[in-house]
Amino acid sequence: MSIITIKDLHKVYDGTQVEVHAVNGVTLNIEEGEFSALVGPSGSGKTTLMNMLGGLDRPTSGQVMINGTDLSQLKDSELIDFRLHHIGFVFQSYNLIPVLTALENVEFIMHLQGIPSAERYARAKELLEAVGLGDRLNSRPGQLSGGQQQRVAVARALASKPRYVLADEPTANLDSHSTENLLDIMEELNRKENITFVFSTHDARVVKKAHRVIVLEDGKVISDEVRKKEVVNGPNE
Amino acid sequence: MIIHVAWRNIWRNPTRSLVVILAMVVGMFAGIFMVSFAKGMMKERLNRGIETEVSHIQIHHPKFREADELKYQIKDVFQKIKDIEQIEGVNGVSPRIVIQAMVASAETGSGVKLIGTDPDREKTVSNLYTYIKKGKWFEGISRNPVVIGQKLADKLSVHVRSKIVLTFQDDEGNITSGAFRIAGIYQTVNTSFDETHVYVRFDDLDQLAALPQGAAQEIAVHLSSQKYLNQVKNKLSDMYPNLEVLTWKKLNPEFGYINDVYDYYLYVFIIIILLALGFGIVNTILMAVLERVKELGMLMAIGMKKGRIFRMIMWESVMMSIIGGTLGVGIGLLVTIWTNHTGISFDSYKTGFEALGYGTTVHPIIDWGITINVMVLVFVTGIVAAVYPALKALKLNPAEALRTE
Repeated sequence: MSIITIKDLHKVYDGTQVEVHAVNGVTLNIEEGEFSALVGPSGSGKTTLMNMLGGLDRPTSGQVMINGTDLSQLKDSELIDFRLHHIGFVFQSYNLIPVLTALENVEFIMHLQGIPSAERYARAKELLEAVGLGDRLNSRPGQLSGGQQQRVAVARALASKPRYVLADEPTANLDSHSTENLLDIMEELNRKENITFVFSTHDARVVKKAHRVIVLEDGKVISDEVRKKEVVNGPNE
Repeated sequence: MIIHVAWRNIWRNPTRSLVVILAMVVGMFAGIFMVSFAKGMMKERLNRGIETEVSHIQIHHPKFREADELKYQIKDVFQKIKDIEQIEGVNGVSPRIVIQAMVASAETGSGVKLIGTDPDREKTVSNLYTYIKKGKWFEGISRNPVVIGQKLADKLSVHVRSKIVLTFQDDEGNITSGAFRIAGIYQTVNTSFDETHVYVRFDDLDQLAALPQGAAQEIAVHLSSQKYLNQVKNKLSDMYPNLEVLTWKKLNPEFGYINDVYDYYLYVFIIIILLALGFGIVNTILMAVLERVKELGMLMAIGMKKGRIFRMIMWESVMMSIIGGTLGVGIGLLVTIWTNHTGISFDSYKTGFEALGYGTTVHPIIDWGITINVMVLVFVTGIVAAVYPALKALKLNPAEALRTE
């Protein structure tokens, strides 16, 4: 079942001299439970496409359907609500709230959803334990390493029980050990909870783990390769 | 949780926030203390004005105050006094003959307001007798005693037991004079009052001025409390529809002015202070917003609605204002209580203060009405100051904000 359906998506920016076609006629289906990587060089339109997939930006033309909802039909405030309840975000530079502890950062999004505090606390604790940070609940982002911060970000993205998680270059600032660790956690969540992950990346380690690799260039999909999970997880890979 | 985050946000840059809070503390302390100081000064002036100079209510012939002539009299004053004494809230009534007169000593002369009163009754409407510095309040001189102020005594070069001559026009229009001997010299803090008010016995002046039996120009009424003011005034107006009944507010417009209009001045001062502080807050919150563009973008991206972001920024501003405002007002109140107890002395400016009728020791007093309004204004300032930065934050586009470094 498709969780994301993109039809003939265009995004045109009005430059000072020329129009820039950042996304130029992309059509894609992303199935529930996928672990996909969106790959391409700088300026290929990855970020623009990711923004539209996350409902952060509106296309010039074309359609983005998430789980049957056409994002272009939503008003701004409805779009914010949609993001809150249906999409988890992981950002390149973690983007945690620096004045809140790891636990509070994860709880915050559930607060926005109106979840009662006892339930919030229990779920945030459980998620942080799942990403291996059960002993750092009360640390603030400044007291955590990059890898730890990104794991908090993953826990936060999952706290709202989204259908899918969009991760924009999640490993760009991480060393190889942290990258490995983070990818393992996300892959496990994907496998156990059937959460759909879409990454934008040019990190070979991420690409290697992905079950599907979509390559973008000049705003167009130039290749779309689906691999089998068993191969990715196989002992010889 | 929004408030919790806002609170933590304030302490991201503690120095910056503390500077704003400290400015607020100093500003509000200055504001509140200034109000207390002015109120203390005003209240003392007012009390002195009422207790020593005018009393709470005066009754006259409707034309007396305008023309200030002897012929505008109140008849049957003694019966009226008996009636007025029965009214609830009245604790003293005194008849006064009031004549514009010339006083002369061997040295020089001066124009004065000559007041003929019953020395014992006068004590119930005015505390002037407590200001006697030399001699006694109508004692020690059996024939034609007079009580004058120190300033006038200095001017005339006279002292207790000196003889002075008072000259005025009597009820029939004849110039008449009487020799009086000084029984007492009073000294209030109002030197211009001291220079112009001369007191003699009602009966002495009554004869000299050839007034009809039981006639006077003025009845002074003293109340046991301010709260009876309007009630007694209305009652007296009903009882004597042909006479003019005035409270101290009307009798001495300056006092009424002090009492009512000064509050507005104080509010203007406070608002100016808050306006200046408000700009400081705008600046601080704006900086805090501009520093957090990326984070605000993230918050919008993960699903924080604009209304909540707006409220979060509002809370940051309001909390800083309230902390600074409360501390400032609190310190202001404490210093007021302390200085109310000790008094603040301005002895080195004695002459200037006394010429204006003010005492040289000021006892600041708390005005709770103004204090509460100031706190409300502080809160409003916090809200208003945050509007611009908060609107600025709302204009952010999450996708763009996330890309800023």
